[in-house]
Amino acid sequence: MTGGPHPMTPAPYRVRSRRPDRADTVTLTLEPVRGDCPPFRPGQFTMLYAPGVGEIAVSISGRARSGGYTQTIRAVGAVSAALCGKRPGDVVGLRGPYGQGWGLRAAAGLDVVVAAGGLGLAPLRPVVRALLRDRPGYGRVSVIAGSRAPGLLLFRRDLACWARQGADVRVIVDHPDHTWRGPVGLVTGLIDRVVFEPRRTYAFVCGPEAMMRKTAAELVRRGVAPGRVELSLERNMKCAVARCGHCQFGPLFVCEDGPVLPYDRVAPMLAVAEL
Amino acid sequence: MDAIVIDTLEPLVAELRAGGYAVVGPVVRERVIRFEEITSADRLARGWTDVQEPGRYRLAEGDGEMVFSFAASPDSAKAYTQPPRQTLFRMRGEQIEEAEEDAPRVALLGLRACDLAAIAVQDRVFLGGRHPDPAYLRRRQALLLIAVNCAVPGGTCFCVSMHTGPRATTGFDLALTELAAPHRFVVETGSARGEPIAAALPHRPASAEDLAASAEVSRDAAEHMGRHVETEGIQERLSAHDSPRWAQVGARCLTCANCTMVCPTCFCSTVEDATSFTDGTAERIERWDSCFTLDFSEVNGTPVRGSNPGRYRQWLTHKFSTWIDQFGMSGCVGCGRCITWCPVGIDVTEELANLP
Repeated sequence: MTGGPHPMTPAPYRVRSRRPDRADTVTLTLEPVRGDCPPFRPGQFTMLYAPGVGEIAVSISGRARSGGYTQTIRAVGAVSAALCGKRPGDVVGLRGPYGQGWGLRAAAGLDVVVAAGGLGLAPLRPVVRALLRDRPGYGRVSVIAGSRAPGLLLFRRDLACWARQGADVRVIVDHPDHTWRGPVGLVTGLIDRVVFEPRRTYAFVCGPEAMMRKTAAELVRRGVAPGRVELSLERNMKCAVARCGHCQFGPLFVCEDGPVLPYDRVAPMLAVAEL
Repeated sequence: MDAIVIDTLEPLVAELRAGGYAVVGPVVRERVIRFEEITSADRLARGWTDVQEPGRYRLAEGDGEMVFSFAASPDSAKAYTQPPRQTLFRMRGEQIEEAEEDAPRVALLGLRACDLAAIAVQDRVFLGGRHPDPAYLRRRQALLLIAVNCAVPGGTCFCVSMHTGPRATTGFDLALTELAAPHRFVVETGSARGEPIAAALPHRPASAEDLAASAEVSRDAAEHMGRHVETEGIQERLSAHDSPRWAQVGARCLTCANCTMVCPTCFCSTVEDATSFTDGTAERIERWDSCFTLDFSEVNGTPVRGSNPGRYRQWLTHKFSTWIDQFGMSGCVGCGRCITWCPVGIDVTEELANLP
């Protein structure tokens, strides 16, 4: 029936490069010690294992020119801090990619709003790049990104690059410093500033859960179909293969049924505390 | 092979051991029926029975002749299908090696119909999805399952409600029904692996009277269920996330995780990491976990389910409702262990009956 590798066994990946993004966030480029990187769909994640410390789910923020994955990690706990501390040449464990990605195909021909809060920009980065690689395949492409403070904004160079490639890119912060000249507030404050035809719009949303709920509700209020708003949910994940039970969200295993899920499916559950 | 009758269990234990199986069966240990390895049928809990009520388990003297006159033990087959701890892999430098732990040949003697149903549930979880577990399959294939049809259901049993018992109808290699006056066992064969074992035992063919008596044991057991659950509309009832009942049961629940530890289907696990002092080898271990622990649902330092009612609701709702969405079958087999071993006597059948 099954003689393959155990679903919990990672493959060794070598850190090829390490780029600090912010004080607490780095992007690692990871390449398999042996063989090729499996293909991934924008929105998928891997399980990254820091030897002897532990394993966490990390979204894939892109594919490097060398073929490896780029993964953007914020140091919030022991495992993420250990991974952030890895240097070129170090070896980590990697399983995946796992999970449902963004519904790029369903968005074909429509206006697309990409809304990010904080580190939520990481799993959205590959979907924006895919949209802009096939610019004629979609209508207007808007990227709205929120950050707590100007210094915490991720992927500044990418944002500028996407604007040059034809996306309407807007950024907002809710704790401005003296250098900030842009808008102040939450991501939802940018929805009015970008142009889209609600009945012909698809949206990809990732950020803290409260931000996603507010953004999705506002897009729906503006007339976007709830089934065309996708969120990337975050839950505790230990296995990523629907066997450890930790990521359950009602009937869903967020690791396999998600992390990307349509708003119409999850809205009733998001409204229940502690589900 | 047609059903046979054997007079004693000693030849069966000997035959299993000769076939390379460690025989694990019910024995009395610390005033509880536990499952452990036996080398002789004499070690079995002959002459004992149990009294099980919410939050209460007492051993009692039964009919001196009868070997299996008790209900569910806190032990189930889970410790053998999904070990409480297992090493997953070791990593040293850039080498990662799967642990491939041994899958010992074990004959589990004395499983009940509910236990067999629980194994079928675990098979679905570990083998039925997109990522089947080869280690589970190895362990599972190394297990020989010998069922005993229940004669004396416990006060917390409700397998009839869950359509899993009391008679073992599938999923066993051999199934015994213990009969009195004269004392004997009817043996049914349920698999090709069970056939030669049954054939090797001193036996006679089962007569029509033996078979009728065996069927009567199960009929009688079905009429003496300790508890009942109405499964009709259960998913709708469990969708009442805002029922005041959750706060009431949450106030009693100690979130001790006993229910999940004795549950034969609860499959949740977590992982631990260890590093060798001598050569730096990192080892990853999977162990049983429980949705009743605070860190189970923790994301970025905050648990999704921080309150007792939230965690109790997750367990009950998963077991009886969302499990059906996920696996096409209920997560509950009606064994009653969670009721007996709850230190404050929370009774799932009562909680389910009191939901709107």
